[in-house]
Amino acid sequence: MAIEKEKLLWMYRNMVTIRLFEERVAEYFAAGKIYGFVHLYVGEEATATGVCANLRKDDYITSTHRGHGHLISKGGDLKLMMAELFGRKTGYCKGKGGSMHIADVELGILGANGIVGGGFPIATGAGLTAKYNGTDQVAVCFFGDGASNQGTFHEALNLASIWKLPVIFVNENNMYGISMSQKKSMNVPDVAARAAAYNVPGVVVDGNDVLAVYEAAGEAIKRARSGEGPTLLECKTYRYRGHFEGDPTVYRPKEEVEEWKKKDPIPRFENELAKMGILAPDQAQTIKAEIGKLIDEAVKFAEESPWPSPEEITEDVYAV
Amino acid sequence: MRKLTMLKAINEALRQEMRRDPRVYVTGEDVGVFGGCFGVTAGLIEEFGPDRVRDTPITESAIVGSSVGAAATGLRPVAELMFIDFIGVTMDQIFNQAAKMRYMFGGKAKVPMVLRMPCGAGGSAAAQHSQCLEAWLMHVPGLKVVAPSMPYDAKGLLISSIRDDNPVVFIEHKFLYGAEGDVPEEPYTIPLGKADVKKEGKDVTIIATMAMVHRALEAAADLEKDGISAEVVDPRTLQPLDNETIINSIKKTHRAVIVHEAVKFAGPGAEIAAMIAEEAFDYLDAPIKRVAAPFTPVPFSPPLEKDFVPSKEKITSAVKALLQE
Repeated sequence: MAIEKEKLLWMYRNMVTIRLFEERVAEYFAAGKIYGFVHLYVGEEATATGVCANLRKDDYITSTHRGHGHLISKGGDLKLMMAELFGRKTGYCKGKGGSMHIADVELGILGANGIVGGGFPIATGAGLTAKYNGTDQVAVCFFGDGASNQGTFHEALNLASIWKLPVIFVNENNMYGISMSQKKSMNVPDVAARAAAYNVPGVVVDGNDVLAVYEAAGEAIKRARSGEGPTLLECKTYRYRGHFEGDPTVYRPKEEVEEWKKKDPIPRFENELAKMGILAPDQAQTIKAEIGKLIDEAVKFAEESPWPSPEEITEDVYAV
Repeated sequence: MRKLTMLKAINEALRQEMRRDPRVYVTGEDVGVFGGCFGVTAGLIEEFGPDRVRDTPITESAIVGSSVGAAATGLRPVAELMFIDFIGVTMDQIFNQAAKMRYMFGGKAKVPMVLRMPCGAGGSAAAQHSQCLEAWLMHVPGLKVVAPSMPYDAKGLLISSIRDDNPVVFIEHKFLYGAEGDVPEEPYTIPLGKADVKKEGKDVTIIATMAMVHRALEAAADLEKDGISAEVVDPRTLQPLDNETIINSIKKTHRAVIVHEAVKFAGPGAEIAAMIAEEAFDYLDAPIKRVAAPFTPVPFSPPLEKDFVPSKEKITSAVKALLQE
């Protein structure tokens, strides 16, 4: 597979951005500066990155509780994201959405979602718009393994299939729905197997291998753009942290986490890029430092931003 | 003027808006060749084809949710649920997704969709196909709730609903589909949030919705014979509610009877009564009365069902009792 050097470096930078953003969020959450529930994406960076590396600005995504990585990959602004997490007026949602609802409709980001399985029909509707308007846009629906047990998964997959909509259902199988292991929550080993019920291709890929995700998503997206309908793409991955920040994760063995950390997508991709002669170790350090500075700026922007004022509470309930 | 049934008036509104705006499409169970569960979408597929009159499987969450996604990305869906009773199946997409998207996104999205659905008892369809659940929907910030009683209102309000940039729930009482009335041929709009005084009067205000407007008018005619002059106000839109028209009527009559087919406890009348008590208490000469369904599921057996729906007699006796207070 020939991928331009620029794209490879974008993927690397993007994964590092997600990781450093998330680590910083964990820090500020622990310090009480970020509110509510925070669900971090650490360990799953290759999935959003590999998928979104195929997308255009005018394509759509729907996201999940664990949405920061999707948003960053689709081009979300770090400052506006951070300000939203800090509950500030300058945030993406003017401080009314928080982590679970960040959206940027201009960038085709139709929202993270506080409801597990809430995004399936919405992505299907975005795919319908593309087909209705005769464009070759696609809609990507990110979702977890747990969400595939929701009714909306089945309704949306079925509808997208019979209507041949350009929707790519991207399952990020991190093996747990909150505390429940996928082994206990479903009686099939792969979420992708469920695609057969809807006559949709079901593809399983190593979700920690950004290039494998890029390639598999690329095929699914090409298929969707050319009018052949949806694909269910399952990316096997793992979240290193709990379901939410503060989750003691008593439900899974420490050895399992350690095993997965050996498959960390970032050092893994760093090695591959080094082998390709694209990224020397000192360059990787430089990139990390640069991104660290961008995140410093995002935090500074958030901290210095004003709080929303009381009169804003009733704004934006209705479009006028 | 030309007479149309409410069913035909709604059909005409859909047809005219689909002609006017190519972004408008109709979707739902059996809306195509079958023409809709009650026949409301009849003939649309012949004119607009299956891409704009989209039959779906029995899949309410996907009908509503795909409409949310399509609306957020630039189309203007008009989705049909066969019965309001099915909102339970799809409520997440209605109240967590459609209604909140704009607010949660800081005003940077709009969701211009209409969700049409019939309500109401009277056909022995029993408790899962006969309810009036408008109060559930009135309670959700972000939704607009329209509940017409006359063919004229239904056409103008539906056109306004389709042109509105918010999610609008458009409730049609199934026993009004055959009601006839004057309906202009050309497209016209009626502002959402504007009540209509269906009959002027001076002794009491009867605030009634949907099928109960007709019953209230019959009751008012009977009361007239007894020398009682009742004013009948139809809110037409329950969210936003036209407080002003209701209060102006109370200022004139000093008495209020609220009539609806939904169950009384925490029904739409509870909000209207509270609003009157808060904003027009000093104008009242008697307590507010509500005539509504008992707090039970809708029964099946015809005599029980008949007793469930507020009758003309219950309205007239409520008014008479109030005048003696």
